[in-house]
Amino acid sequence: MSEFTYLYRGGRDTPQSAEQRQKQLQKWAAWFKELGTSGHLKELGHPLESAGMVVKGSQKIVTDGPYAEAKDLVGGFSLIEAKDIAQAVDLSKGCPILEVGGSVEVRPVMQINM
Amino acid sequence: MDPGDHLFRRESGRMVAALTRIFGVHNLALAEDVVQDAFCRALEVWRIRGVPQNPSAWLMATAKNSALDVLRRERTARSFAPELGRFLESEWTLAPVVEELFAADAIKDDLLRMMFSCCHPRLSEQAQVALVLHILCGFSVDETASAFVTTHAATEKRLTRAKKVLAGSKRLFDVTAPADFSARLPAVQRALYLLFNEGYHGASAETAVHVELCGEAMRLSALLLEHALGATPVTYALAALMCLDAARLPTRVDAAGNLISLLDQDRSKWDQQLVVEGLRFLELSATGSELSEYHVEAAIASIHSCAPRTEDTDWETVVSLYDTLMTIRPTPIVALNRAIAIAQTQGPERGLEEIRSIGDRDRLAAYPFYSATLGELELRRGRHERAREHFRAALALARNPMERRFLDGRVGACERDETQRAYYEQVWETCLAAEDGS
Repeated sequence: MSEFTYLYRGGRDTPQSAEQRQKQLQKWAAWFKELGTSGHLKELGHPLESAGMVVKGSQKIVTDGPYAEAKDLVGGFSLIEAKDIAQAVDLSKGCPILEVGGSVEVRPVMQINM
Repeated sequence: MDPGDHLFRRESGRMVAALTRIFGVHNLALAEDVVQDAFCRALEVWRIRGVPQNPSAWLMATAKNSALDVLRRERTARSFAPELGRFLESEWTLAPVVEELFAADAIKDDLLRMMFSCCHPRLSEQAQVALVLHILCGFSVDETASAFVTTHAATEKRLTRAKKVLAGSKRLFDVTAPADFSARLPAVQRALYLLFNEGYHGASAETAVHVELCGEAMRLSALLLEHALGATPVTYALAALMCLDAARLPTRVDAAGNLISLLDQDRSKWDQQLVVEGLRFLELSATGSELSEYHVEAAIASIHSCAPRTEDTDWETVVSLYDTLMTIRPTPIVALNRAIAIAQTQGPERGLEEIRSIGDRDRLAAYPFYSATLGELELRRGRHERAREHFRAALALARNPMERRFLDGRVGACERDETQRAYYEQVWETCLAAEDGS
């Protein structure tokens, strides 16, 4: 088993009715539950605030940001266990963010043998 | 989260009401924005971390913090609720005042304030109901549109205009002034009644929407009953009517989604808890001197609820109650229902006579159940051809697939009856012929 992170991007500014929001949440809960019971969910992870600070360079210049477009902003992450990247990608296809214009970035956690 | 628990909808009304109280009614749009932001935030956090133990408290806390941010950021640029002005200006009082305004009891009053504000005399009854549904019940424009079977554009226009009137009313309705309260109470009762009726008799195709509208009307009526000035005999009568009618909701539509007439419903499946509750409210409504239309309608509903079988119905009393209702609210629909009750006691011919004598019955022309009633009575008279014509006319006016299937079935029943009659006539003639021969 290898570890992967799912980075959730976008899918936050779609106008939704109360009912649609509720349905979205139910879908997320169902998806995580499935990942959990099949032993693929290592950590739920965390949602991230959109506004933060960026510190750059040896000058340590601090700016507000990152001001990426909403669809490119990482809104949160989870930690997944899968056989290989193909399986991790396959599992990500059930993510409800895909239904509301968002994306999941699947990144292998680097294997380091020390 | 339970799929049947409409958390966002329910909280939307509470949050908008509380925020509007703080921001002032002229900042209604700002209050709505803050609520939408809180919902977006909830979705972002909850989708990953799961729904918290007490989601309502979470949402309220988020709205409260946003309110504080907005007040601090914009207090020089904007004016907020005039009656709170001083308290919101000083950092010493700001947080405690906002805290207090977000307490559960305060929010209950805010809902009531908003309910009364939505029933502004400058708005039509339809606009009032739409506004209540949208602001207090958290129905989106699309959901409001589908509840009233109108288009998105028409509903949006109506809501925008209504909100402008509401925002222009300077301040929220003062629910602590007894004279003002009593003066506007009938409009509020009427709006809740219409909201319930839209769910109960309305044209919306989806059963789920029906039940939800009835539920919202009952929830808001319960809120009215909790207020000392709101718990009048008339409000009790309204609540009784809603409970007794809602008790029949489970049997109005069968498993296949077909409409079932009151006469054919499985009465053992009526919600007895609601019947008991309704009868209790009806009893509580029986004080004072005012006899409202809700009293009479609740009394009629109670007669149906208390008849174990259709044939046990006390139609005589139903007719006399409709007579009374005609003196309070003489509408063609009431007259039509009265004629149906008369047909039950005195036969279809008398029922048809009564319908023919409804003065403004042309106003029923677009109502499918007017033609359907004519069809039903003609069918009972044995005039199948005429009955079928009426059911066909009703079918052309059907407002949703459920009504269409129901009326289609009635057209079919006429045809079946006709072949059956032809068969019996044949049998009869054969018998006669046999008798002749003997």
